[in-house]
Amino acid sequence: MNWQQLLLVFILLSSLIPGIIIFGMPEEKHRLRTVFNLCGATVKIALIVVMDIGIYLGHTFEIRIPLIPGVELLLNGDPLSALFATLSSVLWLLTTIYAVGYLEGSPNRSHFFGYFSLCVTVTIGIALSGNLVTFLLFYEMLTLTTYPLVIHRGTGKALRAGRNYLIYAFSSGAVFLVAVIWLQNVVGPVDFSAAGFSPLFTNSHSTVLMLIFMLLILGVGVKAALVPLHGWLPQAMIAPAPVSSLLHAVAVVKAGAFGIVRIVLDVYGAQNLLLLGILPLLGGIATITILYGSLRALQQDNLKRLLAFSTISQVSYIALGMSLVDQPLAVIGGLVHLVHQGLMKITLFFCAGNLAETLGIHHISKMDGVARRMPLTMTAFTIGALGMIGIPPTVGFVSKWYLGLGSLAAGNWWLLGVLAVSSLLNGCYFLPILTRAWFGKQQGPWPEELHTGRFETRLMLLLPPLITAFTVLAAGAVANAQISPLSWVRFIVKEYGL
Amino acid sequence: MNVDNPTWMIIPILLPLTAGLLCFLFHRKTFAIVLSAVLANFMAACFLTGQLLTFGHMRYSMGGWQAPLGITLRTDGPAVLMLLMTGVTGLAITLYARGYFSFRIDDPGRTERHQHQQRYFWPLWMLLLSGLNGLFLSNDIFNLYITLEIIGISAASLAALSGKPAALLASFRYLLTSLLGSLTFLLGIVFLYKSCGVLDLDLLRNLTEHGPGVRAALALMSVGLLLKTALVPMHFWLPPAHANALAPVSAILSALVIKGSFYLLFRLWFEVFASAITTAALNVMGTLGSVAILWGAIQAIRQHRLKLMVAYSTVSQLGYLFIAFPLSRTADNAQVWSIVIFMAMAHACAKSAMFMSAGTIFLHFGHDRIRDLTGVRASLPITVFAYGIAGVTLMGLPPSGAFIAKWLLLSSALASSQWWWALVIVAGSVMAMIYVFRVISRFIVIPEGFSSQKLGYHSRLLEWPALALAMISLLLGLAAPWPLHILARGSHDLTQILPGGLP
Repeated sequence: MNWQQLLLVFILLSSLIPGIIIFGMPEEKHRLRTVFNLCGATVKIALIVVMDIGIYLGHTFEIRIPLIPGVELLLNGDPLSALFATLSSVLWLLTTIYAVGYLEGSPNRSHFFGYFSLCVTVTIGIALSGNLVTFLLFYEMLTLTTYPLVIHRGTGKALRAGRNYLIYAFSSGAVFLVAVIWLQNVVGPVDFSAAGFSPLFTNSHSTVLMLIFMLLILGVGVKAALVPLHGWLPQAMIAPAPVSSLLHAVAVVKAGAFGIVRIVLDVYGAQNLLLLGILPLLGGIATITILYGSLRALQQDNLKRLLAFSTISQVSYIALGMSLVDQPLAVIGGLVHLVHQGLMKITLFFCAGNLAETLGIHHISKMDGVARRMPLTMTAFTIGALGMIGIPPTVGFVSKWYLGLGSLAAGNWWLLGVLAVSSLLNGCYFLPILTRAWFGKQQGPWPEELHTGRFETRLMLLLPPLITAFTVLAAGAVANAQISPLSWVRFIVKEYGL
Repeated sequence: MNVDNPTWMIIPILLPLTAGLLCFLFHRKTFAIVLSAVLANFMAACFLTGQLLTFGHMRYSMGGWQAPLGITLRTDGPAVLMLLMTGVTGLAITLYARGYFSFRIDDPGRTERHQHQQRYFWPLWMLLLSGLNGLFLSNDIFNLYITLEIIGISAASLAALSGKPAALLASFRYLLTSLLGSLTFLLGIVFLYKSCGVLDLDLLRNLTEHGPGVRAALALMSVGLLLKTALVPMHFWLPPAHANALAPVSAILSALVIKGSFYLLFRLWFEVFASAITTAALNVMGTLGSVAILWGAIQAIRQHRLKLMVAYSTVSQLGYLFIAFPLSRTADNAQVWSIVIFMAMAHACAKSAMFMSAGTIFLHFGHDRIRDLTGVRASLPITVFAYGIAGVTLMGLPPSGAFIAKWLLLSSALASSQWWWALVIVAGSVMAMIYVFRVISRFIVIPEGFSSQKLGYHSRLLEWPALALAMISLLLGLAAPWPLHILARGSHDLTQILPGGLP
């Protein structure tokens, strides 16, 4: 084993080992558990940064474990996996801090944080997967490790949400398995590093390959919450706020979107997809999802439910970018949105959690004047919301700018229209919330106010949204800097030779 | 004796048999005897595997008498893998049984009955183990019949040990079915002997002509074995027998006993009489297997009692083994063997882990009504974890051994455009998810205001063996190259067979 392989192993172990230790830890050892959690998360970020630098300098990170002829597990660090791994590990650290604050005083925390750690291990596994079999392995494990978190509250509603989540996720997992095996039967094993199988197959097996592409997208589409496979996501918002952040920004939805990216860029490759002419279908689904999610969000009064529909809409920008795979600018827009959407959405969920935890506010109709009680939280919320609408200099603007340029370059005027309508709809559901919060008049006492002393809420609840909100602004303002999500995405696109 | 001597093969048969007899003589030290026997059995299995890997497969004629007169044993890839499977699960089950019986014996008021159960459990279990090992190693049909009888009778007696009326009824039905199966098998042997005059498997394999007598014999033997394997619609005896037995017995029955008769059936169909098998017969098997998968899963979803649910899941999982039959037309022999071996090994480990966990839960809570088992995790975290991991294997998720089997199944189904088998496999996996998680979601949820039940006496032996087996079943897929290597080494070209007899 060389140092690159050891690094990959340690990246996975840095959250697996704390997870196992936490499972075995007595419930009352809160401080020790927090120490383990935060140490694991920090070490993980450090290791991933080392990997990022290594990848930038051109080292290869690869572990192969053969299973049966034609089937092997392959961990591979490439620029794209570095993007996802860095995003997940950084957001995981913040979510862990937030979760420690959020769950203060509630029972079963060992269980919760144990699965939390396993969940991020698996997500990093998805990021590092080097072929479809490995991806499938971690993808199914992600369902297993997130399920206990979704039903953590143990209420009937939570159990129902969990059941739906499982049915959606495992049915799609089964479809995905069939598609993977079928694809392997047609074109042989495909590594992600190959940038697509040989176009010779496309000529001889075009119908089958189209069908397999649709099955693969169906398989990952459930987690990416493409309409009409999105049903589980709004229900799953019943889970505690840190879990929602995990589902929406760090792990699950992201894993689905990441899967779409891998299938488009690495399994099929731009060339084959253009030959098959199936990309308009993906673009169409993405468009429908973007508009449908926004329209449904308009009707919501429950804040977390609104955010869930907003995720459905926003994540499809990534799919939209992928459907214009021959336009480098659109690909940049889609890929960078993977990071940007995560930053914005996690900010919003943290803030929604703060409102619920500190004041007992779950509904938009109760939010009048809340900004005067919690100014910092609502500032962060405002930044996140403006980002969602796409107002400069937030990161949301950067994604939309590139997607727009890409669709123009492709000569797709109507896609520009879709982006504009989507921004408008985002404005329609976020701006009323902001005006209510900042300019509304408080009506009666807050439902369940928690007295928290010096700050507007617990410090551990307050810091994470402020940090992410700051990043939303900063990463947008200095998007062209040497170290920013955008420049890393440019590096990725250059590697793909687009 | 040298290490390349085939006489070693007799150890896994004689050793448990001797241990069983010793249990009657020294009934104060039964556990020590049995534990050393299963340990030695496991080591013998490892030794035979090593021998196979070094020298290729072997044949041993007892007492130096060659076939067709003498009794012969042989090792090959599938046989040693089944021995290993039995060795590992047998070891874990023995440890678990120790914990199980001491837990119950400590229960005042019923001590005597439990001591009585334990006294008979150990020798019967040793007899059964000896029969199973004999079944995997024998190379002679009449000898195989004897091992079948030993297994059938000891298994039915074990199932009756619990002594409850339901268990007695179920085990009596089990005994009758098993006897019917053996008799049908015996009748088949009579037909076979009448038409060919030999009973040695290798000699039978060399037959070029399969007259009506051989075909009738094969049909009879298959029906007998299917009855014992509990393929739908001959599964009626299995759920009550497995669900009402004592937990270690349920684990033995579900994990090992059924695999024995299946292994024999598979061997007869794909090795001995391969050329006499028609496509129609293979398709019938595949269809029955599909029905088993779906029917068993539906029944498992509908059960209200944990152990019955686990038992129906066995009915369902067995179906996968039979789907391999029709796919054998296009897949090569090695692939079909690997499907069956991976599925059997993964299921043996996972199902015994599941029955052990269910048994531990039953012991602690005094019932196994699924709806009243909320929050079990708070009292028995390791057991629930083992149950969950075993469930993951039953669902066929990676990296379990069952995943490898399903991958191969789906791959050969899709490669030969027989997509309907693929549909059944996928549907079965999704249904397995439902019946596994229906239970797990109850176990792990701790509703507000829930106070966990304080446990009295607790033994690690009740939890860790199940967890170990569950982990093996889950990680088997990662170790897939080794079983494949062993299988490849045991391929059946007769040139490698060493001369039998004593040195």
